[in-house]
Amino acid sequence: MSLNSPAFVRDQSGPTLPSPVFARGPLAWIRANLFSDILSSVLTLIALYMLLRTVPPIVSFFTIDAVWSAQDGAPCRVASAGACWAFIGQKLPFFTYGFYPVEERWRVNLTILIGAALIFWLLYPKLGRKNIAVSLFFLIFPILAFVLLHGGLRSGLVVVETNLWGGVVVSLIVSLVGIVFSLPLGVLLALGRRSTLPFVTFFCITVIEFVRGVPFITVLFMAQFMLPLFLPDPSWSDSFDHLLRVLIGTAIFSAAYMAEEIRGGLQAMPKGQFEGAMALGLGYWQMMRLIILPQALTLVIPGIVNNFIGLFKDTTLVAVVGIFDFLETIDSQIKDPVWTGPYISTTGYAFAAMFYFLFCFGMSRYSLYMERRLAAGKSH
Amino acid sequence: MTMSENSAPRVAPWNNPVYRGWLFQILLGLTVVVMAYSAFSNTLFNMRLRGIPVDLGFWNTAAGFDITQKTIEYSASNSYGRAFVVGLLNTLLVGAIGIVLTTILGFIVGVARLSKNWIISKIATVYVEILRNTPLLLQLLFWYNAVLKSLPSPRQSIIMPGGAYLNNRGLILPNPIFGDSAVYVVAMLLAGIVAGVIYQRWAARRKALTGQESPVAAIGLGLVIIPAILAYFVLGKPIWLEFPALKGFNFVGGFQLYPEFVALLGGLVIYTAAFIAEIVRAGIMAVSKGQTEAASALGLSHSQTLKLVVIPQAMRVIIPPLTSQYLNLVKNSTLAIFIGYPELAQVFMGTVLNQTGAAVQCVAITMAVYLVISLTTSVFMNIYNSRNALVER
Repeated sequence: MSLNSPAFVRDQSGPTLPSPVFARGPLAWIRANLFSDILSSVLTLIALYMLLRTVPPIVSFFTIDAVWSAQDGAPCRVASAGACWAFIGQKLPFFTYGFYPVEERWRVNLTILIGAALIFWLLYPKLGRKNIAVSLFFLIFPILAFVLLHGGLRSGLVVVETNLWGGVVVSLIVSLVGIVFSLPLGVLLALGRRSTLPFVTFFCITVIEFVRGVPFITVLFMAQFMLPLFLPDPSWSDSFDHLLRVLIGTAIFSAAYMAEEIRGGLQAMPKGQFEGAMALGLGYWQMMRLIILPQALTLVIPGIVNNFIGLFKDTTLVAVVGIFDFLETIDSQIKDPVWTGPYISTTGYAFAAMFYFLFCFGMSRYSLYMERRLAAGKSH
Repeated sequence: MTMSENSAPRVAPWNNPVYRGWLFQILLGLTVVVMAYSAFSNTLFNMRLRGIPVDLGFWNTAAGFDITQKTIEYSASNSYGRAFVVGLLNTLLVGAIGIVLTTILGFIVGVARLSKNWIISKIATVYVEILRNTPLLLQLLFWYNAVLKSLPSPRQSIIMPGGAYLNNRGLILPNPIFGDSAVYVVAMLLAGIVAGVIYQRWAARRKALTGQESPVAAIGLGLVIIPAILAYFVLGKPIWLEFPALKGFNFVGGFQLYPEFVALLGGLVIYTAAFIAEIVRAGIMAVSKGQTEAASALGLSHSQTLKLVVIPQAMRVIIPPLTSQYLNLVKNSTLAIFIGYPELAQVFMGTVLNQTGAAVQCVAITMAVYLVISLTTSVFMNIYNSRNALVER
């Protein structure tokens, strides 16, 4: 094709046009996600208006207007003052340890440290030898923690009675005891429910359905008022430790929920696994311990973690029978006349909310992460 | 190795799984019976020793305490049995209203989380995450102590839409007053509902036989509403609202909801809605995309696709966990014990237990009530599930 031929086709490229504004880039995103149609646009505008009206005041209430340091409640009572973080700062030791003697608090810290290390070992998939971690956490740690926290038993430590325990420590103890005892109990109940022995099945179904059918508070009341009466010697029932009663109630309550979760895992196991185990000549307990339970439990880790979240939130209810858990320590200190003010309760509850949110949200993220990890393993 | 072809290998009796099974069951049975019997006799002994009543003799004696919020007549001179009924009715009241409200809120939030609008779905996500990850008790205490108690006094009440007032004594709503002839209006409304149902059945059968559509929504609504409205005006407006009015330091007239009730109901509704939202979201997402595509390939409109294809399949996934959330709401209403709303647990395990000391009876009766509610619901759920289960062919 020569240059001076009378061509009808353009032999030079036209000017480069800018890409359409609404096809990509931030404007396109805004149009697709915020103003895609009339209803969406109206909702966006309403939502933006509400957010602008509520979020800045809330943020400045908790940061700019907040009182960060004070000796008593006077600065928090000024009309322009926001959240009273000084109150939290001063009461933090009480919120953490309750009435636990100051000079013995290192024992609490040590227990929490060991527990945290063991939990990390259990939950972090890259660390191996989980069987050692399991036996340490479920067998050794409870005994060690009891000796450390309570003292006595020829350990050379001063005895600290449980009525002095309180705050975060008690919340953690109740939830950890719930976890440590509810898992094995739940496994037994779940196996019993799936058993071929009619009386065992009947017994397990009765226990599970009874506990799941009643509110946690009634179980706590039962543990508090009825459990001591079951004991033969009246002097035993008077000295029956109050915290222990609550722990027994919590363990039984969460075991029933755990059992249903584990039953789901057992039911999801293919029949071939049972048949293969039996063909290898394994007995019932060998089959369960070596073949079925490891797989079934891994399958329901997300569900188990969700149960723990529920249990952790439910530990706040132990206050109903006079146990000084974290929320109860805050709720009691809100009424302190030195600090009383219009926003003390809001501050206290906001602090408690952050604490519980941190734990529960962390656990739920972990459960999601495990779910994805397990799903990845299945697709191969 | 001489063994006949068709007989099982001989094993020692102590290794025979059948014998072992029975032995184990007998041992478990004996343990349970012995423990139950000793717990029972110990309890009786301990209660007698401490002078705690061992029977329900207190049931008919005067309670001696008053209950602020009650749906039936009750005063301090009424019996403990009457107090039990008042508490039970209050539990059912908060449960019934709570279930309706939390379903509405939960479905709205669940659909909002799936919204294509980024800001709406993010707000719904934040709502769900914050409320699901903090304890209900904390939320209830917050609503009760931090919000409702710091509301202004009746003279500076917050005016709510519809003539309601919110102040630190609770929520005061306009009170509907039923005149003498109001019963006829209600009767007409009921008759209208019956007629609407009959019409809807007839239209469905006609559609199945002939394929002809009928305007079910419009005619059905008309059948329900028009007779009642006609009766309302013909009989001279026998139902009216009594609006609360400020007289002196408090309100006169109107229907007062106590702050305890408002906090408990609000807290339960807002908390449970977060869980229901997740259930709704999972249910809608469980309907595979192929279903929607097949429906539009068949020529169904968007609303028909939703009504006939997506919602029925989503509901199959949603209903069972939804029921357990309803049960959770009813069971969680026992948290009223912390803020003093007089429902069953607060009245019976709180006040009555403290006054009579009859711990075993009070706790057992309260547990029995919740157990009956739970088991009845799960029986109905099992019936529903077996009817609606996916039929695999």
